Amino acid sequence: MPSRTGSRLPERGLLLLMVLVFLHCPLLSVGASGSPGVTNQEHEHSHEPGNETKKLFPVLSLDYEHIHVPFEISLWVLLASLMKLGFHLIPRLSGIVPESCLLITVGLLVGGLIKLAGEKVPPVLDSQLFFLCLLPPIILDAGYFLPIRPFMENLGTILMFAVVGTLWNAFFIGGLLYAVCQLQPHLLGLGLLPCLLFGSIISAVDPVAVLAVFEEIHINELLHILVFGESLLNDAVTVVLYHLFEEFSSADTVTVLDGFLGVISFFIVALGGILVGAVYGILAAFTSRFTSHTRVIEPLFVFVYSYMAYLSAEMFHLSGIMALIACGAVMRPYVEANISHKSHTTIKYFLKMWSSVSETLIFIFLGVATVDGKHHWDWTFVPVTVILCLVARVIGVVGLTYIINKFRIVKLTTKDQFIVAYGGLRGAIAFSLGFLLKEEHFPLRNMFLTAIITVIFFTVFVQGMTIKPLVDLLAVKKKQEAKRSINEEIHTQFLDHLLTGIEDICGHYGHHHWKDKLNRFNKKYVKKCLIAGERSKEPQLIAFYHKMEMKQAIELVESGGGVKLPSAMPSTVSMQNIQPKKPRPPKVAERALPQLPKGREEEIRKILRSNLQRTRQRLRSYNRHTLVADPFEDGFSDLLIKKQRMIELEKKIKEMNNYLTVPAAPPDSPTMCRARLASDPQAYSTKQASDSVPTIQVDLASPQSPDSVTLLDEFRQAGKQKPEEEEDGLMMKPPSRTGASDKPGEADTGRDQQKLMRCLSDPGPSADEDEDEPFLP
Amino acid sequence: MGATQTRSEHKYQDLVEKTGFSLEQITNLHKRFQHLSGNEETISKESLESIPALANNPIKKQIIGAFFDKRNQHQDEAGSFEEIGFEQFLMVMSHFRPPSLKTTEEEKEAMRKEKLRFLFNMHDTDNDGTITLAEYRTVVEELLSKSGAIGQEAAKAIADAAMLEVASTNVPHMAPDEFYEGITFEHFEQILKGLEMESRMHIRFLDMDTTTMRCGKSKS
Repeated sequence: MPSRTGSRLPERGLLLLMVLVFLHCPLLSVGASGSPGVTNQEHEHSHEPGNETKKLFPVLSLDYEHIHVPFEISLWVLLASLMKLGFHLIPRLSGIVPESCLLITVGLLVGGLIKLAGEKVPPVLDSQLFFLCLLPPIILDAGYFLPIRPFMENLGTILMFAVVGTLWNAFFIGGLLYAVCQLQPHLLGLGLLPCLLFGSIISAVDPVAVLAVFEEIHINELLHILVFGESLLNDAVTVVLYHLFEEFSSADTVTVLDGFLGVISFFIVALGGILVGAVYGILAAFTSRFTSHTRVIEPLFVFVYSYMAYLSAEMFHLSGIMALIACGAVMRPYVEANISHKSHTTIKYFLKMWSSVSETLIFIFLGVATVDGKHHWDWTFVPVTVILCLVARVIGVVGLTYIINKFRIVKLTTKDQFIVAYGGLRGAIAFSLGFLLKEEHFPLRNMFLTAIITVIFFTVFVQGMTIKPLVDLLAVKKKQEAKRSINEEIHTQFLDHLLTGIEDICGHYGHHHWKDKLNRFNKKYVKKCLIAGERSKEPQLIAFYHKMEMKQAIELVESGGGVKLPSAMPSTVSMQNIQPKKPRPPKVAERALPQLPKGREEEIRKILRSNLQRTRQRLRSYNRHTLVADPFEDGFSDLLIKKQRMIELEKKIKEMNNYLTVPAAPPDSPTMCRARLASDPQAYSTKQASDSVPTIQVDLASPQSPDSVTLLDEFRQAGKQKPEEEEDGLMMKPPSRTGASDKPGEADTGRDQQKLMRCLSDPGPSADEDEDEPFLP
Repeated sequence: MGATQTRSEHKYQDLVEKTGFSLEQITNLHKRFQHLSGNEETISKESLESIPALANNPIKKQIIGAFFDKRNQHQDEAGSFEEIGFEQFLMVMSHFRPPSLKTTEEEKEAMRKEKLRFLFNMHDTDNDGTITLAEYRTVVEELLSKSGAIGQEAAKAIADAAMLEVASTNVPHMAPDEFYEGITFEHFEQILKGLEMESRMHIRFLDMDTTTMRCGKSKS
């Protein structure tokens, strides 16, 4: 029974979506045609002064013109998002067909509908919209979360592919196309330079398409970073070649001087872009140092500085993509050390959201633009282009790998080469660049566009759909899903130092030596400038450890107070198992119950009380300008030690009370407190609302009064009630699991717990792989 | 001229077979050895400690100790040398050779084991076959030794957490009474499985091209 209804639901959802989509299209066409009519009416009314009947006050009127631009934009965005929703409701489909293909198909449908309605298709992929609004979020998302370590380790290879590979592609395709055109009488008018220009447009691997497809196939990190890095870095080459050939396409000759200038221009474009990005990145990092009092606008700095880096680079015709990448990569370690945890989450989710919507829109628009464009299909030019693209890519990758493997330690195997070659997808950037060409200079522009679209469709549909089964067939190594453990982190650091030491002993200033020098420079000078307060001195290992602890604590909270311990450690090993045994006094009748000595208990109580007091002092009410201050944000390092003790205690309790299925959660371990309070200034109580845990209630009515936090002191209560228990005081007592659990407090906890869970638990856009990366290489 | 060349080649031939380096790499390393030892036959700990670049390395002591550790000579001895000759120097260096395209899967496995063994020996200072909590704490403390007071406090917590992680991954179900003695070599291998040691733990030795210039048997 349940299975049948379950299977019907996605279909129903899809039907609903289709209805909505079809409703949108007529609206779009109404939008295009509706506005003039309304304004005409208004004019008529105003130009009739001597009318006898007084015009009735318009109770309800339609004024589409007023809002039509934002309205249409919102409609498109809504359409894109609904499409995305729809695809994920049908799991079978999204397993076979990559999202990009489906979106292009939807775009084709929508474009077709608009055309059927007889309206003019909006020029959606024109340069302004695409390059200034749709592309930057995707690139920023990629650059900010770029895994620096594998990127740097493979930088040489990536650069080879990006620069030499793209150049090879451009000249090979352009040159051979020219040769082919010479053979065809009707294409004789096509000069060499336009062919080369076309070659340079079509040769660049597209980051949007690569991201869209590769994200779904989960191949190993090396291949991912190779193809992805190449798609990002070849922008500089594309920019230079495009401008070079466009400038000189009118003149039919390119002299050696022009070639030389082109090479210089390449270095300026690439290095200039990176420089611009780095400068803005450092500015952003420096600004984030002072945001401790205005946490709300922290994410804004990240976005605005990055966008300005992109725009500044584009202003000088430098490589905007490289500027964005450089900006994101440079600012990230310092910004993350400065901003609050919530800002970090905000940045992550906003970036993912924007890039996701952008990507969806780009693919839909590709479909729409395909329907709209004036196409000129040529049976020679277009198929030859497609074939040449494939051939050039394969030859390029194989040839370059042969050279690269001489310098690489971890060589690229044939399987790797195949995936790299097969992953060379073209996308919307090529189309937009082609769209930018002016018809006066390039009479065969429409043919170019048709060819570009054909190549894009071929790579996205054919290669995109088949790459997943091929990856499985060839048994290419997949991405390791395991989380980074503290042991791996320790040994990564250890290895770094070890290899640097060995290099020093060898007297050979290699890779590790320079990396170590850079790290020391970073630690000594740069971090002090750009990171606020104590965290500037925090070594990376400790930072990683803190991050891990925080994550575990949040997991603990989210899993509802730990029905089981978080699944990462389904074991009963606790701290006491590894502490060296102290000689035990021979107490015979004693069960192996670790008893808390009195002094320790007092200590714990004091700690909790002092932490809670701090909470009381710093709590503020919510208004638009301040969030609830994170009381524990700044004192985290001592909290860590205390938290460690809490965890120990919790585990001890778990051991003690075997009949309990739910271990009594340590009531106010500081991290839980922080996680709870930091999210919402409402009353929260802990999971077991029985008499074993103190609760904090925040009174919104009187925000500033120090009494706004009332601490229900359960300590004394517990102590009084069950004096005969060995452990007295706070959380030692297990909640009584009797039938009399219908206290109103329990009901509240149920609801509050739900609220808490809903607040804190949300399935993020993708696995938390980015969070696990230590932010400094 | 010719006589000395063939003599040294003959001498190095054994080393080539033993350590797997190429002749050119051995010659370069020998030059470095001469430089470090001041043209003597052996080097002592002091000569390694006097390398200026090592001064900033937090685990300098352990690295130097590893060179003088008998366990790294693959001859089933324990203890440490006072001075080492070129052959022992080379044996230690051979742990840092990278795999080549021709290395098979079994050879890669063996290589990984060897490198992990080297790391294990560096941690297990009392040679009892396990890394105890105290030894692990020392490791983390040394790593954080250049980071001042913050480092020392957190080192203990980090080492404890790491040990806990090893224990819970390898021996998931322990009664509260049991005591986890220490990290054995098998557990060590298990916990560092994800790092792919054979690809990470290597340095680039000065040479032209390891694949083409290998004389003698290719040894992984």
